[in-house]
Amino acid sequence: MSNNNHGVREPLFHISRRQDYSLWLAVFVRLAAILLALVVCGVVIVALTGLNPMEVYAGIIDGAVGSSRRLWVTIRDTLALLLVAVAITPAFKMRFWNIGGEGQVLIGATATAAVMIYLGNKVSAPVLFTLMIGASLLAGMVWGVIPALFKAGWNTNETLFTLMMNYVATQIVSFCIVFWENPVGSNSVGIINASTNAGWLPPLFGLTYGWNLVIVLAITVFIYVYLRYSKQGYEIAYVGQSVNTARYAGINVKTVIIRTMAISGALCGLAGFILVSGAGHTISTTLAGGRGFTAIVVAWLSKLNTFTMMIVSFLLTFMAKGAIQIASQFSLNENASEIITGIILFFVLGCEFFINYKVEFRHRHREG
Amino acid sequence: MAVIITFLQNAIRQGICILFGANGEILTEKSGNLNLGVPGMMYMGGIAGLAAAFMYERSTQTPNPVVGFLLVLVAALLAGGLGGLIYSVLTISLRANQNVSGLALTTFGVGVGNFFGGSLSKLAGGVGQISTAVTANAFRAKLPLLPKIPVVGDVLFGYGLLTYLSIAVSIVLSWFLNCSRQGLCLRAVGENPATADAAGINVSLYKYLASVIGGAICGLGGLYFVMEYSGGTWTNNGFGDRGWLAVALVIFARWRPLNAIWGSLLFGALYILYLYIPGLGRSTQEIFKMLPYVVTIIVLILISLRKKKEDQPPESLGLHYFREDR
Amino acid sequence: MLLILYGFEYKWGDCRVKDGNAIELRNISKRFGKVVANDHINLSVRYGEILAILGENGSGKTTLMNMISGIYFPDEGQIFVHGEEVTIRSPKDAFPLGIGMIHQHFKLVDVLTAAENIVLGLPGPMRLDIDAVSARIRELAAKYGFDIDPNKKIYEMSVSQKQTVEIMKMLYRGANILILDEPTAVLTPQETEALFAVLRNMRDAGNAIIIITHKLNEVLELSDRVAVLRKGKYVGSVQTAEATVESLTEMMVGSKVTLDIDRLEPIDEPQVRLVMKDVTCVDPEGIITLNHASFTAYGGEILGIAGVAGSGQKELLESIAGLTPKESGEIEYYPPNQPMQVISKFSAVEISRLGIKLSFVPEDRLGMGLVGAMDMTDNMMIRSYRKGGFFWADRRAPKTLAEHIIGALEIVTPGVSTPVGKLSGGNVQKVLVGREIASAPTVLMVAYPVRGLDINSAYTIYSLLNVQKMRGVAVLYVGEDLDVLLALCDRILVLCGGRVTGIVDARTATKEQIGLMMTSSGKEGER
Repeated sequence: MSNNNHGVREPLFHISRRQDYSLWLAVFVRLAAILLALVVCGVVIVALTGLNPMEVYAGIIDGAVGSSRRLWVTIRDTLALLLVAVAITPAFKMRFWNIGGEGQVLIGATATAAVMIYLGNKVSAPVLFTLMIGASLLAGMVWGVIPALFKAGWNTNETLFTLMMNYVATQIVSFCIVFWENPVGSNSVGIINASTNAGWLPPLFGLTYGWNLVIVLAITVFIYVYLRYSKQGYEIAYVGQSVNTARYAGINVKTVIIRTMAISGALCGLAGFILVSGAGHTISTTLAGGRGFTAIVVAWLSKLNTFTMMIVSFLLTFMAKGAIQIASQFSLNENASEIITGIILFFVLGCEFFINYKVEFRHRHREG
Repeated sequence: MAVIITFLQNAIRQGICILFGANGEILTEKSGNLNLGVPGMMYMGGIAGLAAAFMYERSTQTPNPVVGFLLVLVAALLAGGLGGLIYSVLTISLRANQNVSGLALTTFGVGVGNFFGGSLSKLAGGVGQISTAVTANAFRAKLPLLPKIPVVGDVLFGYGLLTYLSIAVSIVLSWFLNCSRQGLCLRAVGENPATADAAGINVSLYKYLASVIGGAICGLGGLYFVMEYSGGTWTNNGFGDRGWLAVALVIFARWRPLNAIWGSLLFGALYILYLYIPGLGRSTQEIFKMLPYVVTIIVLILISLRKKKEDQPPESLGLHYFREDR
Repeated sequence: MLLILYGFEYKWGDCRVKDGNAIELRNISKRFGKVVANDHINLSVRYGEILAILGENGSGKTTLMNMISGIYFPDEGQIFVHGEEVTIRSPKDAFPLGIGMIHQHFKLVDVLTAAENIVLGLPGPMRLDIDAVSARIRELAAKYGFDIDPNKKIYEMSVSQKQTVEIMKMLYRGANILILDEPTAVLTPQETEALFAVLRNMRDAGNAIIIITHKLNEVLELSDRVAVLRKGKYVGSVQTAEATVESLTEMMVGSKVTLDIDRLEPIDEPQVRLVMKDVTCVDPEGIITLNHASFTAYGGEILGIAGVAGSGQKELLESIAGLTPKESGEIEYYPPNQPMQVISKFSAVEISRLGIKLSFVPEDRLGMGLVGAMDMTDNMMIRSYRKGGFFWADRRAPKTLAEHIIGALEIVTPGVSTPVGKLSGGNVQKVLVGREIASAPTVLMVAYPVRGLDINSAYTIYSLLNVQKMRGVAVLYVGEDLDVLLALCDRILVLCGGRVTGIVDARTATKEQIGLMMTSSGKEGER
């Protein structure tokens, strides 16, 4: 729209949605963004600490995968993050903003811990694990379904609702800790069943975190298959893409919302089980450790592809673990990892724009 | 009586930093931006203020409380505003998802706070050793004379300047939103950006300004906690979940700054109520701490049930706006 | 940075009575892709005059007016406002020229009051004196005879009150050239009367008023002069005093065009497939959209549905499909060799679960019928994903179907895995029609199936529908082009304001006859 330009200010550039999606462009832009983020982080590190950023990065790598033990801790934490990300994916595919992963994990973990504490030494291992898993699934499901019911029924804002549910769950954990604290007065639960190891996921194939690996990978594959190849997966996709089309197709949108959040919440609950039974053997209010939030970023950056999530969650965990190492090595503070992670996230989030949109400058483009 | 007065005072002290956060977020959300980076921006504001105070008091033998106060205030505003600016660039110019960008900002901001907080402690010689006495006292200084009024004096006037600033911010914000031309434009942007655009309002500019200034106000919440509430010291993660409580308060106040004033008092009271109810076990205390969130959920459900238009979140909250074809 | 603060200056045209042409258009043309929406149009309107722009849907009326109000920019031609050539690039350019357009979709903020909406975006001191604004609004309202409460919230208002706010918004900004796009489409007869009174007052005060419409009786009642557009071209203009319903209808629909569309003769005795009895629908705003509609559809025929846009076509089809709730009435479905079912009580969920063979090509292809971001296979599955076992969705059959449709309907696409949103309009429609036909329906409903399609694609669609007809399917065809309806259909049902105003035999009916039933002079406007 510019036949004669006198006296009219035009924007400096024109932004339009890209019509063609090129995989190479997408990969290139994202790699460039990560690289740029690392450069910026390097500058920040030099400015703040005067350290050689290359040494710091080497320290990060060493810390994350430098020894077999460190590697396994990194893998363990990657798995936990991956499971939460995979768990919230069905909800996000439906465009239901489940910010409540944190609370669903916590409540699942609480249910697991409760079974471990009260029944740990009373029933046989198979029964105990069945009960623990069942309890964690059920607790997470309840936590996920409550906001879904209100969303389906009255269109209550799910972002804010699930967010609030996180802190209700946190307080429930605090509440339980009072009863479970060990030793008394420590205000922490300590290692549950430290003497009997009842309810601890045993090693599998000689790997300490073997079960974690099997369970999380199985669920990752299952959710991938569920969303791509199952009937319910299609219903979720239709509801997420266009409620109008879903109605036209004869899909009961409310049922789909509630059912999907039940699955999403239950799997988050299972992540709680993994964190308690398969990793920490204890419970605290910080057990979820922000994974419910980080998982959203993971799922979003992976474009809801569960296999891409493996890579993204590994990268984020890698940074976090590496930072603990550099904290001790360079007497830095381990919270440096959150800053670096934050900067990388900013760049990766921002770069999507250049994948989806074309920016044309005025002098190149004169026709509206 | 004395107990009630201490209770009220403590409730107010708990509430003020939530009130700042809620005011900042109300301003941001009124432009249609749902910024979940409130905790991050509060951390950024808090640590920037503390660092400014620390540097200032180290750099001079005789720190002047007024200079310190102003320096610290500006530092906190800038840091909070920077958080809002990062969010704005990502969500408005680069059209990144609002929720994800906000959460990333929280990760970043909390990291910045704890990193520098920890580093400052180390510089100062250990946890709790940061000494910013002069500036902190400036923040904690009560008004002259007024607190001496019997009975009500201490309850109403026994606080530092930031407390009154938070009330003033609420009142000014309320006036701005309801009685000013620009406030009307801002509300239109948050409700229906296409209509605002057609009316000749620069939608992006309004979103930017609201989010940046909103972030700066959130920064003051962190500053209040660090300087007035904690007296100029830092504990990592000592801030707790106050950032999210601020987001909750926005809903509870139904996006009205004046409601947020008494809402913050209520939240503060609920937060510490367990300390004042005799005979509560520790477990029951934890249930009491849950109350602000439960109350917020109930409010959220009620407003969606009643469907009263004025109580709903701004209609375009969380959505992008861009004129695709123009 | 994207931060460009537009300096905003309003230089409102003053409101004194002026003589001569308020607006003159010379040789204005506008194309959208290959479609010519406006073809060298010359038109003028004087101060103190009400000009009606008359034309069928798609005749280019709204496009033309959008160029005056700055929504579109003309490809060719000149615009003169009060004798001076102007460039109108955006609504911001149109305001200072005194041009205000009231669109069919109101641009109002629901939670704000009338006064707040009216003053929104105007410059002035920071403190907004809303009482002064209200006073000024009341003053204007008194001048022209409006009924408006400045302090009422928009969401509490009826449609006509919202329209009043829109008009007031323009007047408050000093507009003296007012364009109204189908202003009566949403009004009751009483509200229409009130609006006309106001518009006459405004004309008498020296404003120029343009009203876009296709309702002949309103044209005759209100306007001073009528300009007629047909298929993007300017047909001519007449003084209203010299015009009659018949002469305007003829100008609007033109002489009969012979189309080369086959109309096959039904083979067997027609079987009843669908009966609608006295169905009434009310939209959430309380407006009656379908008013006691009744008809019968037979297998082996194409039943055309004619009417100006928004006469209840959408509701008629969606009420059958179970997508629009019905206030009253019954719909009966007669599957071949099976007992009749009353389907009016079923929702779309139940209809698809019960396997009722009802196919529906909705007007909104990519918003309802298809998902643009998904590929052809996934879009085929919208209808078929339920088939098969409990867990797995069968992707093989839909993929085969997609491939078959690509071949059979000659769809141009890189492959079955290309998102359908990336296909051209004609190909998108073929995907949709192909899918709906594939389920071997008993009743096939299509809404505006050739809109936006090129000639060849349109003919493909016509022949597909004919094939269905010969298979004994009852086809319901909602269309806007009367020539096509007359050439393709067996019978034509005409809707006006939600009522069925008649069902005619397409072999004998004339365009004028249908045109009159569509605008239904006399019976018009009952809701």
